Amino acid sequence: MTKYIGQRLVQALLTLILITLIVFFMMRLLPGDPLLIYLGQRAELHDMTDEALEELRKEFGLDKPIMVQYVNWVAGALRLDLGTSIFYREDVGTLMKERFPITLYLGCIAMAVSTTAGILIGLLAAVRRGAWPDKIISPLTYIGVTIPAFWLGIILIYVFAQKLGWLPVSGFTSPFKDFVQSTRQIILPVICLSAFGVASTARQMRSSMLEVLPQDYIRTAWAKGLSERVIIIKHALKNSLIPVITLIGVGFRVMIGGSVLVETVFAIPGVGRLMVSSIFSQDYVVVQALTLVIAVLVLLINLVIDLFYGWLDPRIRYN
Amino acid sequence: MALLRVEDLKTYFQTDAGLVKAVDGVSFTVNEQEIVGVVGESGCGKSVSWLSVMSLINPPGKIMGGKVLFEGKNLLEYTRHSPEMRAVRGAKISMIFQEPMTSLNPVLTVGEQVSEMLRWHLKMNDKEAKERTLYLMNLVGIPDAKNRYDDYPHQFSGGMRQRMMIVMAMSCNPRLVIADEPTTALDVTTQAQLLELLNEMVKEFQSSLVLITHNLGVVARYAHRIYVMYAGRVVEEGKAEDIFERPQHPYTIGLLKCTPRLDEEEGRELEPITGLPPNLINMPPTCAFLPRCKYRKERCAEEPWPPLFPVGPDHYARCLLHENAEGRVNMND
Repeated sequence: MTKYIGQRLVQALLTLILITLIVFFMMRLLPGDPLLIYLGQRAELHDMTDEALEELRKEFGLDKPIMVQYVNWVAGALRLDLGTSIFYREDVGTLMKERFPITLYLGCIAMAVSTTAGILIGLLAAVRRGAWPDKIISPLTYIGVTIPAFWLGIILIYVFAQKLGWLPVSGFTSPFKDFVQSTRQIILPVICLSAFGVASTARQMRSSMLEVLPQDYIRTAWAKGLSERVIIIKHALKNSLIPVITLIGVGFRVMIGGSVLVETVFAIPGVGRLMVSSIFSQDYVVVQALTLVIAVLVLLINLVIDLFYGWLDPRIRYN
Repeated sequence: MALLRVEDLKTYFQTDAGLVKAVDGVSFTVNEQEIVGVVGESGCGKSVSWLSVMSLINPPGKIMGGKVLFEGKNLLEYTRHSPEMRAVRGAKISMIFQEPMTSLNPVLTVGEQVSEMLRWHLKMNDKEAKERTLYLMNLVGIPDAKNRYDDYPHQFSGGMRQRMMIVMAMSCNPRLVIADEPTTALDVTTQAQLLELLNEMVKEFQSSLVLITHNLGVVARYAHRIYVMYAGRVVEEGKAEDIFERPQHPYTIGLLKCTPRLDEEEGRELEPITGLPPNLINMPPTCAFLPRCKYRKERCAEEPWPPLFPVGPDHYARCLLHENAEGRVNMND
């Protein structure tokens, strides 16, 4: 087990190195210059002298050869120093500290919603296969997996915020400051973020449950005289969760992607929006740092999920 | 005294291709502490009839009629998942299935799979249930039971898993154990050991046993009485020695002629039954064995399948040969 985790960590490290290389060089291959964008937005036109540009270039170390820049960045990242944003002129760590909790808060709620709702809905559809709950659920999940998050967001805002006026259009308030307002504000973004997760989890849950229910060991459980509830929850659920857990890992990655769009649509000051604005302003430092942190998170989640399999299915051995 | 009486049981499957009369009016009797063999080819309805007794038929299958009388109650009056039926299943009538590799839940420990029954039916607490499970595991010869209680099925061999199935079946001290091809999936030496074990267990617990098999050798040794099934019906029933020594239905005769025996003279040639078992969809009303029968008469193609005629004491055969008492057949003719 320890050996397995060790191996997985080494693999994760290699993946991480690859990711840093790709992000670092891809950003620099893009046409344009972040310093020009910065100066263009901040300074009066007459301030945009070649000297000012050179000075900035030096300040951010962008005058050095590209390999040196890469090594400097990696060395900084190892000391947990992710650099200073070109555009915000602020430490990237500080920028993220303000925004990551918001994204994670929304993300965790959306994950919890999509996992529990997805499993319960899929279970219901499978157990009552062909009856009315299944007939309603199955088509809805088709829609759920195909609907684009940003489109759903705009429609939700239009219907529930603008037309019905039940919920605020956009924005984010800390739940510690004003819990009610905060909750009202996150309802639509959470629906948006979890729509795909709920639908895909439910579909996977339904089909893997339908695969488990005709198994011999379920017939054995019936023959033992157990109740339907015990058979579904104890004998069938654990067996059918294995493929669903894989999907939850995928769902997490989809959610990070989704937060970019959803935070933009709902004007939520999270890392998703920071990512979008930093890409537009070609803020190398921020984009690199965010990609690195998100990559680490995804790799960790994948490891946790792999270990979770072992708890679910005793036939899995880690060697 | 009869422990279980099945009367005129009918179980049909509605398939896209048509109505399959998998079990079409069968009757069985199982007496106290009796071992009853049910023999027939794959698809003759032997498993389906006993799954029907347990109300374990899933759609598109449906029990269309008949009675299952057990301890004075007709089990078919209970709905499939009613508390009354669940109180019978596992506790009073238990079942052992063919595939030990797939019949145990892969994600639950073997011990838990037995203990949960004891807690459920006999209201034992965790400790009592575990103790009884360990006692039974020892009884069926699982070595080192204490350490293996928390093992998962994949850590057991096929034979050991089937022993666990026997533990499960015997756990609540059932009146009747239905063993559906319990040894078919095992290798030959293990088969013999397990049959012997099953025999000892039902004696120990004073239960009755129904042994469903396509293997005549299996029932020859243990069964007191035998039912031979063909195409969803019982074609012959009788005491084991009558079935083996004086078979009266052409199908039973055919089966015995293609089975080698240890206690016979050398030189007998095995004779296969020609043809294939019938397709159960849209069966003609005439005898289903007719196309393969060596004894057939012209009348057989004109008359519906005859009832079971008495051919000896407690011995019946469903064949026009026995319409009159003098119709006895000697299989060696």
